[in-house]
Amino acid sequence: MSTHGPNMSEYSVFSLLKHTLSGHKNWKETWRSPAPKSHYDIIIVGGGGHGLATAYYLAKEHNLTNIAVLEKGWIGGGNMGRNTTIVRSNYMLEANTRFYEHSLKLWESLSQELNYNVMFSQRGVINLAHTPAQLDGFARRGNAMLLNGADAELLDRDEIARRCPGLDMSPDARFPIVGGMCQPRGGTARHDAVAWGYAHGADRLGVDIIENCEVTGFQMKDAQVCGVETTRGAITAGKVGVAVAGHTSQVMQKAGLERLPIESHLLQAFVSEPVKPLIDTVVTFGAGHLYISQSNKGGLVFGGDIDGYNSFAQRGNMPVIEDVAACAMTMFPNLGKIRLLRHWGGIMDMSMDGTPIISETPIQNLYLNGGWCYGGFKATPASGWCFAHLLATGTPHDLIKDFTLNRFERGYTIDEKGVGAQPRLH
Amino acid sequence: MKIECPFCGKRDHSEFTYKGDATVARPDHSEQDLDRWNDYVFQRTNPKGAHKEYWHHTNGCRKFLIVERDTISHKINSVTLVQGGGK
Amino acid sequence: MTRFRIQSPKGAKQIHFTFNGKSYQGFEGEPLAAALLANGVHLIGRSFKFHRPRGIYSAGSAEPNALVTVLHPDGREPNTLATTLEIYEGLEAVSQNCWPSVETDFGAVNSLLSPLFVAGFYYKTFMGKSNKHWMFFEKYIRKAAGMGEASVEADKSVYEKTNTFCDYLIVGAGPAGISAALEAAQTGKRVVLADEQDALGASLIGTNQTIDGLLAGAWLAQQLATLKTYPNVTLLPRTTIYGYYDDNTLGAVERVNTKALRERHIIFHADKVILATGAIERPIVFGNNDRPGVMLASGFGTYVKRHHVRPGTNVIAFTNNDSIYQQIDDAYEAGATVHTVVDMRESLSDYAQEIVTKTGINVQLGKAVSHVLGSKKIRAVQLDDGTKLSCDLLIVSGGWTPTINLQSQQGDKPIYDDSLCAFLPGLPHQDYLSVGACNGQFGLADCLKSGARALGQDRTYTVERDAPWDILPVWEVPVTKGISFVDFQHDVKASDISLAKREGFISVEHLKRYTTLGMANDQGKTSNLNALALMAKERQKPITEVGTTRFRPPYTPVAIGTLSGGKYGDHFRPTRYTSMHEWHINHGAEMINTGAWVRPRVYKQPGETVTDAYIREAASVRNSVGMVDVTTLGKIEVVGPDAPEFLNRVYTNAWLKLPVGKARYGVMLRDDGLVFDDGTTWRLEENRFLMTTTTANAANVLTHLEYLLDVVWPGLKVKVISVTDQWAGVAVAGPNSRATIAKTVSGVDMSHEAFPFMAVMDGFMDTIPVKIARLSFSGELAYEVWCPSHYGLAMWEKLFDAGKEFNLTPYGTEALGTLRIEKGHVSGPELDGRTSLDDLGLSWAFGKKDFVGKPLSQREGLMASDRAKLVGLMSKPGQAIRPGSQIVTQDNQTRSIGHVTSTTYSPALQNYIALALIQNGRDKIGDTVIATYPLKNEQQDVEIVHPHFFDPDGSRMHV
Repeated sequence: MSTHGPNMSEYSVFSLLKHTLSGHKNWKETWRSPAPKSHYDIIIVGGGGHGLATAYYLAKEHNLTNIAVLEKGWIGGGNMGRNTTIVRSNYMLEANTRFYEHSLKLWESLSQELNYNVMFSQRGVINLAHTPAQLDGFARRGNAMLLNGADAELLDRDEIARRCPGLDMSPDARFPIVGGMCQPRGGTARHDAVAWGYAHGADRLGVDIIENCEVTGFQMKDAQVCGVETTRGAITAGKVGVAVAGHTSQVMQKAGLERLPIESHLLQAFVSEPVKPLIDTVVTFGAGHLYISQSNKGGLVFGGDIDGYNSFAQRGNMPVIEDVAACAMTMFPNLGKIRLLRHWGGIMDMSMDGTPIISETPIQNLYLNGGWCYGGFKATPASGWCFAHLLATGTPHDLIKDFTLNRFERGYTIDEKGVGAQPRLH
Repeated sequence: MKIECPFCGKRDHSEFTYKGDATVARPDHSEQDLDRWNDYVFQRTNPKGAHKEYWHHTNGCRKFLIVERDTISHKINSVTLVQGGGK
Repeated sequence: MTRFRIQSPKGAKQIHFTFNGKSYQGFEGEPLAAALLANGVHLIGRSFKFHRPRGIYSAGSAEPNALVTVLHPDGREPNTLATTLEIYEGLEAVSQNCWPSVETDFGAVNSLLSPLFVAGFYYKTFMGKSNKHWMFFEKYIRKAAGMGEASVEADKSVYEKTNTFCDYLIVGAGPAGISAALEAAQTGKRVVLADEQDALGASLIGTNQTIDGLLAGAWLAQQLATLKTYPNVTLLPRTTIYGYYDDNTLGAVERVNTKALRERHIIFHADKVILATGAIERPIVFGNNDRPGVMLASGFGTYVKRHHVRPGTNVIAFTNNDSIYQQIDDAYEAGATVHTVVDMRESLSDYAQEIVTKTGINVQLGKAVSHVLGSKKIRAVQLDDGTKLSCDLLIVSGGWTPTINLQSQQGDKPIYDDSLCAFLPGLPHQDYLSVGACNGQFGLADCLKSGARALGQDRTYTVERDAPWDILPVWEVPVTKGISFVDFQHDVKASDISLAKREGFISVEHLKRYTTLGMANDQGKTSNLNALALMAKERQKPITEVGTTRFRPPYTPVAIGTLSGGKYGDHFRPTRYTSMHEWHINHGAEMINTGAWVRPRVYKQPGETVTDAYIREAASVRNSVGMVDVTTLGKIEVVGPDAPEFLNRVYTNAWLKLPVGKARYGVMLRDDGLVFDDGTTWRLEENRFLMTTTTANAANVLTHLEYLLDVVWPGLKVKVISVTDQWAGVAVAGPNSRATIAKTVSGVDMSHEAFPFMAVMDGFMDTIPVKIARLSFSGELAYEVWCPSHYGLAMWEKLFDAGKEFNLTPYGTEALGTLRIEKGHVSGPELDGRTSLDDLGLSWAFGKKDFVGKPLSQREGLMASDRAKLVGLMSKPGQAIRPGSQIVTQDNQTRSIGHVTSTTYSPALQNYIALALIQNGRDKIGDTVIATYPLKNEQQDVEIVHPHFFDPDGSRMHV
């Protein structure tokens, strides 16, 4: 099944030792760089986490191996490689809770599954509550999570203070902390490794991962998609799945779908200089928009609101930077002398109800995976798993039956925040 | 970004609130066709490049403005008052 | 004076500081690195991964090695550059990443394992059979990682933010920046010249080059004095422009370092930006090139010329270009000599030859340093021909990398220049110009000229001893012994780059992410180009085809406290208080945040819990009379001849026929057909209405109305304006509310006939003009009394006094909730943005006319029969129903069919009740379901009832 020979790299402490003895001269490519074939059964457009995971599960779960992933640049170079790495399933609405919990379960064995350490670190995700009403809201969510097989616990003030040294716990704080909710199985993962791991895994199963190959158009026959035009030539395909979050509108327009319930927005992310272990868990602020964790390297990783206007620039502006710093200091006033090392931006597919789309489209043989807002990273395994199911069988898995493209016109939006069709607020 | 408000002059974008695509045509108030309303409320072209959009001068004169802005470079090419789009 | 101190800095005060607990002397304001070198200290810290001894590599903000932690009285400041930290009396600094000491570091065992710890090491192991395996190892990995240690105590330093507007922002006060500033000053426009260093002048300081016949230092002093005479010019030393954002907005940090202010966050809004950011010297990759005692030539030059410190006494130089000779010459004149120069080139330029002759230095041409000997301090170098030369300092120059971080942050793609071996700024997307060394003008005369040229002036400066530019494009010496580092701070080795190539991580972004190259605190200032060159060699492609990564802000790390600008804690968000706030506090109110507002939750009496208090308060309302501060409700005036028509379009119910002096309850939808907000609106005059909104949605409703008027119906003659802050309001509720108000108000007939339900009247309380509306959220006979905000407290006190005979009870948000839940009135938890009119039992308000949201409220999903509907829940066993409970059925206890929205104990019903949204709930009235709370492993049977628990026909409020 694999085009690799028997010496293909199997990763373990033993192989590391063996390779150390030979000066690391014999490691193989993590994934091959094949030339595109003229035909594939299924083509995935987009070599981000979701596209690579889809290809992996098509091969693994559905025994389909004549699969290509086409990536216009380098794999994992979009939001996969620029997010804040948080993994959780603490959603309130059932469709979301079930889907993200499926994802979390896949995360829990992902390193073993892929033979690639994605460093999934179940450090817990704590949401702080600043009023009793907010805590009640978390309780509603936590109870929904538990009913759907996820984990959740309510924390009182003392427990929060114990788990998060440095938090401003004073009762007369501007936004006093009255309690919180924790999802112990949530945490963080090494984002790049997830892309590389899926690429490695898919490649071992025979999937062609083709970088520097931009899709420039779709081949159509009788109003059906039958292939793609690329910068490396035309390729025919039985089905095409698009997973290019950030640029979903642009790619789908090439297939003639001019308008979608999606706007592209800009989200910034921030990392501090590395310090010795300081924040042991993921903490989110309830009185402003901030989430913070500490990477294994020691950097504090944090993010806040989207910049709030349509954008395709991977760089943000000052108001959000100042607000994120102010949120961070309000939560953790001990961070004042820690320095911000880097901040950057990514382009988010903000859907009109804040929930993703994994769906067939009005064009036959063309399938869409997008609208991830800024929750795409944690969804990677389930997104790929469900999208693979949809592509392989032509019918949506029960987990994504509500994530359709036509839910908006039908009136079945899934609006976790309850703000309506305002992408910048989701 | 800085937006040249016709009333207040050039002000930082943090005074304004982005209010979305200004090219979508709101159906007439009496329009009953759901497709037209669905299209208006949910469907977006989402262009990469030139974009015509509403900004509300929330912390200023509170007028709605039409801003022509590039979504890649963030360069603003024009700012005008809304002349009224619907009926 | 030590043997490393050439002379004391002029006029500087001698101070004491400690490093790793040991006391040293230095001069106030000099960098810690200079003071340590003067004391013969070279070993500063241990490296990130391998715990290798590290020293001082440079003299500026590009320093990769010399990071220390400063111990402030209020906490630790980790990862501080010894090369830029200005010392002061009592400074305490310590080494990082070492235990028990920097001299003896047990972590150095990692160094022995360095052949195993290659790029990608962690991805290939620690996987085991389950995720627990990784979690086990990760604990130890986390402890080993990180650099300095941070504090958990709150930072007490003071930060502030300013906005600065200018016509010219000149970044960098080296020769190009100063030359540009001189021209800009004469334009009369607002000019800011900022530089990250404590002194302006950069490479002009201490060099023996001359400008127009003056020694550079003297020329510099003269020009700075000239610039200071211009009132339109601001000179900002110690100010780092760290980020370049849209429309020439730039972020900067000014290091003030006083008790009153630690750092100032400056946001520049510049008409034109001139980037004169200079260049950073590059290392050469060779064996053990990271050892203490290996230093960039420019660093050596700076310590000698500027700080009068000799970093070594037995100095060898190693280079592939001419610039190092200038440092050697300057240092020679300042009293520090270099005895040998190892130059990879085959011949010397006339310029270099002249300096070699003058200084009597040995030259090893066409040779290279293959590795250095010594661990915590170098003791010799070995050349590629086998020659071993002893030394205590090796100064290195591998060429110069233009500092194009700010340009690159904007996404402007740099262009590689083969002759300079450097990336130059690409085409600018914003209004800036790059001048001087950052633009590839490496000579002094060229720098000066290009600075003037930025202002459109052709000016020629006569410079003597200007170094020519000649470089041999060699980046790496083949390693024979030791480890060759590319990125010192992240311990990335040359061999890691080869490995990355072998494993397919050839895109520069993959290279960076796989090896962590360029991702350390210094963002690869000294390492990026060498890495690209090595990858280019591996791939057998020109550097320009390998590509570059984009620099990200900030240019140098910026304290989070500084970025916050001090706007945190109490300053994080505005706090809104009503006029009666103090009264509430003085009467035992426990306050609670509702959005930006602070409201009384309950007024506790001695010994009461919150529950006791709200039950007492709510019961008092039903039994006699209570009052609650409702100032926080959103209030919008809607004025104009078309106001009735406008309201008729905005609200779902009919508004055209509301008479003057009457109020009406209305519901508004979003365009998508779901409920947006509700409230009462009062017709004050023929063309003047006062709309009230929920506290939470006040701002959103106003914007919604403005949108409709500005964009959708500009033809309607209506104006809207927020008057929330103009009015203070009190709701007086209960059977004795009429009598209470009647005692205080003049000019109003309070009788039921004269003042019917939903009527609005004007009157006076003494001299206070008040508006009284007979409205009821509680279901009791009730009134809202409003007055101009500044009379709010007086109004409140008058009502309170009047009510004393009825035992009037002030009540808070909890009792407010109890009363409305008993009545089944919806509020925030029900108006959650996902509910329709019918879901909330408000379909009576669905008008026949057209209104905003009407069409899409008829979408299939919004009409579906299984939608969750508002119902009441009655606790069966008399147990509290927990807010946040989910509803399940006996048959299927894991599938939620709804959730509890609001709960309370009902004093009127003497039982626990709740509102809930339950699928198809109205058809289930009478059913018993389970309110489950798995978070506490609790569940209880509840009965679904009609949501109007109390006085369902509303008789009490119509009396």
